[in-house]
Amino acid sequence: MTGQLLIAGGRVIDPANGVDGKLDVLIEGGAVAAVGAALSAPGARRVDAHGCIVTPGFIDLHAHLREPGFEQKGTIATETLAALRGGFTTVCAMPNTMPAPDSAPVVAALLERIARDAVVRVLPIGCVTRRREGHELADLAELAAAGCIAFSDDGSPVADGRLMRNALALAGAVGLPISEHSDDPVLNGDGVMHEGRVSERLGLAGQPAAAEIAAIARNIALCETTGGRLHIAHVSTARSVELVADAKARGLAVTCEVTPSHLLLTEDAVFGPGPEPAYDTNARINPPLRTEADRRALLRGVNDGVIDAIATDHAPHAREDKLCEFDFAAPGISCFETALGSIGLVVSRGELDFARALAALTSGPVRVFGLAARVPGIGTLSVGARDVVVFDPEARWTVDVARFASKGKNSPLQGHGLCGEIRAVVAGGRLAFAPEAVHA
Amino acid sequence: MTGDLLLGPDEIARTVRRLAHEIIENNRGTDELVLIGLLSRGYPLARRLAVAIQEFEGASVPVGSLDIGLYRDDLSNRRLRPPSIRPSDIPANIDGKTVVLVDDVLFTGRSIRAALDALLDFGRPARVRLAALVDRGHRELPIRPDFVGKNIPTALVQSVRVRLAETDGEDAVYVLNSEATHA
Amino acid sequence: MLEVSERQAIGDDLEQPARWSRKDLLDTDTLTVAEIDLIMETAEAMREVRARPISKVATLRGATVVTLFYEQSTRTRASFEVAAKALGADVVNLTASGSSVEKGESLIDTVRTLEAVGADLVVMRHGHSGAPYLAARNTTAGVINGGDGTHAHPTQALLDLFTMRRRLGSLDGRKVVIVGDVLHSRVARSNVWTLLASGAEVVLCGPATLLPRSLESHGERGSCTVSANFDQAIEDADVVMALRIQKERQASGLIPSLREYISGYQVNGTRLERAKPGALVMHPGPMNEGIEIAPEVAHGVTSVIEEQVANGVAVRMAVLYLMATARVQ
Repeated sequence: MTGQLLIAGGRVIDPANGVDGKLDVLIEGGAVAAVGAALSAPGARRVDAHGCIVTPGFIDLHAHLREPGFEQKGTIATETLAALRGGFTTVCAMPNTMPAPDSAPVVAALLERIARDAVVRVLPIGCVTRRREGHELADLAELAAAGCIAFSDDGSPVADGRLMRNALALAGAVGLPISEHSDDPVLNGDGVMHEGRVSERLGLAGQPAAAEIAAIARNIALCETTGGRLHIAHVSTARSVELVADAKARGLAVTCEVTPSHLLLTEDAVFGPGPEPAYDTNARINPPLRTEADRRALLRGVNDGVIDAIATDHAPHAREDKLCEFDFAAPGISCFETALGSIGLVVSRGELDFARALAALTSGPVRVFGLAARVPGIGTLSVGARDVVVFDPEARWTVDVARFASKGKNSPLQGHGLCGEIRAVVAGGRLAFAPEAVHA
Repeated sequence: MTGDLLLGPDEIARTVRRLAHEIIENNRGTDELVLIGLLSRGYPLARRLAVAIQEFEGASVPVGSLDIGLYRDDLSNRRLRPPSIRPSDIPANIDGKTVVLVDDVLFTGRSIRAALDALLDFGRPARVRLAALVDRGHRELPIRPDFVGKNIPTALVQSVRVRLAETDGEDAVYVLNSEATHA
Repeated sequence: MLEVSERQAIGDDLEQPARWSRKDLLDTDTLTVAEIDLIMETAEAMREVRARPISKVATLRGATVVTLFYEQSTRTRASFEVAAKALGADVVNLTASGSSVEKGESLIDTVRTLEAVGADLVVMRHGHSGAPYLAARNTTAGVINGGDGTHAHPTQALLDLFTMRRRLGSLDGRKVVIVGDVLHSRVARSNVWTLLASGAEVVLCGPATLLPRSLESHGERGSCTVSANFDQAIEDADVVMALRIQKERQASGLIPSLREYISGYQVNGTRLERAKPGALVMHPGPMNEGIEIAPEVAHGVTSVIEEQVANGVAVRMAVLYLMATARVQ
């Protein structure tokens, strides 16, 4: 990248470096060259960041890009564009694709597609088991060598405890975490939403909180047994947070993430806002949206630092995947483009600590997956860092899924007012998204 | 709303007695006679006629009520609200009887057309006669009353409102000049 | 042209009955007391129609009612069909096989096709909760929920209410015990809303694994409580409604055995003695006699189970009439 870009007049928050102040950021040669007060850069293109926050590009530990295999739901090109517009400059791609990245050649083919189509950095997560079937372990060391940054069978919990134990041990040996969708499929049965008040009201089969809690407890115990690294994907219950806090207090290599959806919404989203139930299939996700008490505990978890990362679990679906009976609806929310606005909304209500939330989008994820060693400067605004986000924390806007860059229009937030809007994104050193803020 | 009073309690009472006489005379007595009032206000009128007939002839005449809501031909008329439907009560076997249908206001004739359909679902009377307290004209069907209390020529924009003690707490007939709100 | 004797003010004596303005009937949960009363009053008139020598009218002549059943149900379908025909409507019965979904014909395609061929009302039975809501949102035809999954069965609840009101008059303060697999019962759920609106004291009773505990409520009018102890719950009941127990509940471990279910929850003569004398015995059918209900009770003097079936036609006529006539308004 040639030329200079000056992001001027904003409030720079760089959680990793403990920076918070009215500063300018100078990008030169495709990387951060300086962060300082009233920087002078004659001839530089300028991004006017007055009234905005300037932070490292967001890092998403958990996203579904759908390619290869499910291009009707999303492609690397469409979904990384959605990520970019949402301020995410690095996304970790979950392996529930077809084929699933369970061997080096599949990962190599995936990396080729990424190199060709992605507009933000995509880091692949490899499978824990072959074809994600939960029967035999994938060749974890081979996947690590091929470039996977973590392992997961996301969407399909590793139900077999013995297999999970071995996976944690082997992944730990190559220094990678297992990002586990911790859930007990037997206890969940045919459940399609959180088991409780709303499921009983709607006559829908419930997923008890106990299914997640029991699986997390098991996985933490296995983590302790093996000395592996366990990352709990999308915690959703109050008790889950307590279990992680307890594991951390005892020094285990346990981390966890929460989705913006679980921070903003509850089981009531399935019922919808009206007097009659909506059976909103767009509010069907795994793990399910839970109770208000759970939601408050998750917010506390971020505020206390127990929850390391806010990860989107962005899950685009085709129209017909959601335009069906609730029981048949595919779980997942397309949320790259609403993540910041959702977080901003709970911040604006005083429920979420702003600095903690930003850390959970930047420095937190770097730590969880050990990304600093792979990508210099990632999640920071240190000199040499290549990703910067500029957003207006006060901007109120209304969700219109028709305007999503994502192929997935599946959002329960359609028509909702959110708070916080992306103004500019520097991805890989290049000003990749700037709808209005650029001045030559 | 305001209305022009056309008949008061005394006039209504005299009219009912006259109608009772006419019915008896026409039927040559009370044999095989059944009075069936259309809901809502035809029914109390039928009962009053039966009381008068009992007084004149010493004979008790069966009285029934008929709801015509399910037989109306104007359910697709968007200007009108669908009628609330009430049970009919037809007291005796009407096969071979002389049925006198009783209604408060005779207007387009559509209610009577509906009443004839409804009546025939209960049996096959030998004869059906029609008695109305008020005939305001403007017939849309070839229907004519056999017994009329009072002919009241009206304009189409007017409406006639019969109020009876049993249903409305007073006996009166009004003509309304405002909105055409016939029930 | 009029001889005016006197001009004076008169009261507005136009009857203002509650009117039906809903496109769909999906559950009883949002029905107002006035709407429930309107259905009950209309059903009373329909009951009279059914008792006539010619128990059929032509009111809905030209209207097309489609019964779209994704689940087997001879009873509910027959009841709707008889009701629609008694009002003179044309009836088209469609049975969607369970596999049509797998074949890719979506529910929305189906209801849009029905609308396109002229269906005015679609009576829908579906194995999955909420399916009629999806259908209703995607068609201009009126949708009547004929039972969806384990969610709602509004016409059953309305006919149950009609049956109770005919026998007991007002339900204000009456104790209604619903016993069985309440958790999976669309009948129980819809009954809760109509009974609460009627001021009844509802007790939902069944094995602990089959109780929706969150349905407990204590509103301004009625109340709903949940109990696993049937012998206690039935005390002083005015109505005892048994629900059908599905044999699969045993396979899925929700009840240890039918034997254990019977010993704890069967409605039988001994238990009925604890209820109020003359307490009504109800069942939405089809019954497993000897399991959830003892034969001597099912056919006993206080059983109104057959009345429920007969009243079902009148109530469904009322619903069809109100919905079809509201459509043209």
